[in-house]
Amino acid sequence: MKEIVINYVRHGSYLDSVALMQFSKKLLKLPGVNEAAIMMGTPGNLQIMADAKLLDESIKDLEGGDMIIAVRADTRANAEDAIETAKNLLEKPKDRLDSNFSWKPKTLRSALAETPGTNLVLISVPGEFAAAEARKAIRRGLHVMIFSDNVSVEDERALKMEAKAQNCLMMGPDCGTAILNGVPLAFANKVPRGNIGIIGASGTGIQEVSTLIAKHGGGVSHAIGVGGRDLRSEIGGITTLMALEILERDPATIHIVLISKPPSPDIVKKVLRKVAVSKKQVTVCFIGMQSCQLPGNANFAATLKAAAESALNKKFLKDDTMAERGFKENIDTPSFVRGLYSGGTLCAEAQVIFKTAGETLVSNAPIPGVKTMNECNETHSFVDLGADEYTQGKPHPMIDPSVRNAQLRDALSDERVGVILFDIVIGFGSHHDPAGHIKEFLANYTGVKTILIASVTGTETDPQELKLQIAKLKDAGVLVASSNADAASLALVFLKKLS
Amino acid sequence: MELIEVANKEALKRMLSADLILVDVVPAKEVIPGLDKMVVLHAGPPIEWPQMCGPMRGAVTGMAVFEGWAENLASAETMAALNSFKFFPNHHFNAVGPMTGMTTCSQPVMIIENRTFGNKAFCTINEGLGKVMRFGGNDEEVINKLHWLKEVFGPALGAAIREIGGISLKNIVARGLTMGDEMHQRNVACSGLILRTLAPALARTMVDKEQLSECLSFIGGNDQFFLNIAMAIGKAIMDPVKNIKGCSIVTAMCRNGTDFGIRISATGDEWFTAPVEMPEGLYFPGFSEADANPDMGDSTIIETIGLGGFAMGASPAVAGFVGAGVASEASAFTRKMSEITVGENPEWTIPSMDYKGVPSGIDIRLILETGLAPTINTGIAHKEPGVGQVGAGVVKAPMVCFEKALRALARSLGVI
Amino acid sequence: MKIQKKKDLLIEPLVVLNIGLESFAKDLEQQGVKVLHIDWSPPAGGDPELVNLLSKLGS
Repeated sequence: MKEIVINYVRHGSYLDSVALMQFSKKLLKLPGVNEAAIMMGTPGNLQIMADAKLLDESIKDLEGGDMIIAVRADTRANAEDAIETAKNLLEKPKDRLDSNFSWKPKTLRSALAETPGTNLVLISVPGEFAAAEARKAIRRGLHVMIFSDNVSVEDERALKMEAKAQNCLMMGPDCGTAILNGVPLAFANKVPRGNIGIIGASGTGIQEVSTLIAKHGGGVSHAIGVGGRDLRSEIGGITTLMALEILERDPATIHIVLISKPPSPDIVKKVLRKVAVSKKQVTVCFIGMQSCQLPGNANFAATLKAAAESALNKKFLKDDTMAERGFKENIDTPSFVRGLYSGGTLCAEAQVIFKTAGETLVSNAPIPGVKTMNECNETHSFVDLGADEYTQGKPHPMIDPSVRNAQLRDALSDERVGVILFDIVIGFGSHHDPAGHIKEFLANYTGVKTILIASVTGTETDPQELKLQIAKLKDAGVLVASSNADAASLALVFLKKLS
Repeated sequence: MELIEVANKEALKRMLSADLILVDVVPAKEVIPGLDKMVVLHAGPPIEWPQMCGPMRGAVTGMAVFEGWAENLASAETMAALNSFKFFPNHHFNAVGPMTGMTTCSQPVMIIENRTFGNKAFCTINEGLGKVMRFGGNDEEVINKLHWLKEVFGPALGAAIREIGGISLKNIVARGLTMGDEMHQRNVACSGLILRTLAPALARTMVDKEQLSECLSFIGGNDQFFLNIAMAIGKAIMDPVKNIKGCSIVTAMCRNGTDFGIRISATGDEWFTAPVEMPEGLYFPGFSEADANPDMGDSTIIETIGLGGFAMGASPAVAGFVGAGVASEASAFTRKMSEITVGENPEWTIPSMDYKGVPSGIDIRLILETGLAPTINTGIAHKEPGVGQVGAGVVKAPMVCFEKALRALARSLGVI
Repeated sequence: MKIQKKKDLLIEPLVVLNIGLESFAKDLEQQGVKVLHIDWSPPAGGDPELVNLLSKLGS
């Protein structure tokens, strides 16, 4: 088959050799095209094209400033199409190709060069790399929030000491929640600004307290997360103490709420010494502790709900009619409560309420005085599904509610379980529609005898919208209490009725 | 580690304080001791005849004929196979050379002096485009041109430079950057600028009008004339940075068509090598990847000093060689290279990037931390000797080189 | 202890650098917070020997 060579000359048009080579590459992809080039008609280029058998006899009297489109193809039609394509390409303004090559900063160093006004670095890389990134930030005098866990205690201590020396706040590691200047960070809710400051060693603890404050007409100045281990002896409460000082100096903060698991006695002393010199009212909420000797300016709250009430200095009204409306006949006895929680502190709060009521219970994340869960339990059980043993290689239930499905299934089909308690935590970071997911799941279980009780930790201004989430749960036959604590209390009421 | 930070600061300081003058052109043997008969300097890290690629072998045999060590190419090849020649990297003799990088005793070399530290760097004269020795060309035409360079152009260039009293080079590079050059793939502006300085001096020092015309045309007709000067600039800047204890800055990058070699300051002359990678780029009509020779040449010394691929932001047209990038993305390459360098050169700035200085001082720790290897703008040679350039593209330095260097750095500091 | 902050976190508007989960950066962007997401990847591709060396020789 004889190939066809066609040349086309464009006068008075100049393009860079590189640009022309890119066009040539496109022509080579066309059907039937064996060789193609678009080049300026210099003697050197003409030689190259001649060597590539791209020139036809028509090329004469060329000016150096002429552009040649040359195509060698299987058929005349192929060649002519290619020439047309080339002409179109040359007419069209270059379109912006997808940027594989847009620059995104790869390191803290280059990002800071780009944004020198940075004041906070939010770190959520795998734990083994988090410490190194935090160190870089602290050495540059930046505040840090470490969402990552699996950072060693030694690293945490060393970093917090360095941060302290630099007057930097280090929130975390294992800090899931913070609200600074009204901005929710990581897993947090949009709550109104107000005069209550929160310091929390727990993410969902901060979330429940801050949203309860919002639900009852109050607001939050700042919520500072300190990380799950800050109040352990090895760390010594470095960030908690710094946070107390920060909120002390903050004119917008009138009341401070401190939320944590019970710290060791030496740390409790240290923290309370600081609280004692504060000019502000402080609510101390050590979940799992019954009481605590406190200085005059401090109140003790045994639950998250009590902490919010103390901060607002009012008691929240409860909906007592729910116990009547929601009761289901024909429940077999004995009847146990199964709590399935995505928030660890919400699980703890429920345990506090049951333990205070004298009930026997077990948990995989027990508060002091509660036994650990094992396979065979003929008692109430409270499961923290965000704990390590459930999240190895799997997403956290707040991000992906479906990881709770298996437990729900088991509980619904377990005849000994009369009441299921669960939490729905919305806000930034959480799944976009956890209540919708539950509703869809429960559609397969209509007419079930188990009583379902939940609460929604969130606000109207959260992306998922509180009212919408509550409505979906109610549609699915779930009783929605106005707080996590109330949900647990409601479960107790049902237990009494059942026995 | 504090020691390394201090060492790297010192390295950058030395790089930026270089004062570079093109002082003369002389036969290589006059300035490179050890460049005797049968000694051939080549581009890249050490390599012997059996491993050499086609173009390099072509160049070696051509060189042997040019120097008169062999009667013809065939006997040169036999001699090479019998270990009659001694091969050394240009870098071992304060020299650099593009592509095959042949440097032998009789060839004229340009001398670039770094007046701040007193060291000198040498490079042969760029032969021009097409069938040339740096691509392994070795026919009569190629060898005749080498003779012309030795007998006519070299001495003429040397006389002109001496007459001026030496040519200051840093500013030419600075101006070239503002005119779209990056000094590796694109030297057209700098070549033009230096011609403007040389032309009157050549006119004053040359008696033969015919030869004057040949010399002016030679420079004027070669867009890449300045490339070899830019390479020697790189060598002259980096040599004083060698042997700073604990310093993790790259002092040399080069390829021999088989291996890519790097050196870092802390470990002096030790080479860290790995097989070269294939460039990704665009090919001239009639050629494709199947024709490409593996990466070759000492010209990566240009990236080592923050130009070439590192200064792509100054040369948007060259960015097209990536194959998918558009001109406006050129600055992304420069920003990427900023991630792996410790500083910027305030004298070599890129106007379209708000006069950002070219990223300078390549730190192997940053390379390994970010996973970003140095990006190099390179020409692609045909794998058959003597055919010439068949395309241009972007190639990355192999990560393995930097991994090896990191371990050596750690050993030198007693960390492992 | 008196804390003197060069940058008082609770007064100035937040300017955040995000390293890790991109969703955090997106959420902040959605709220109009100035945030820059870093295209982070594990050093040395995660190779344990090199990661260890880099942390010792660290930049």
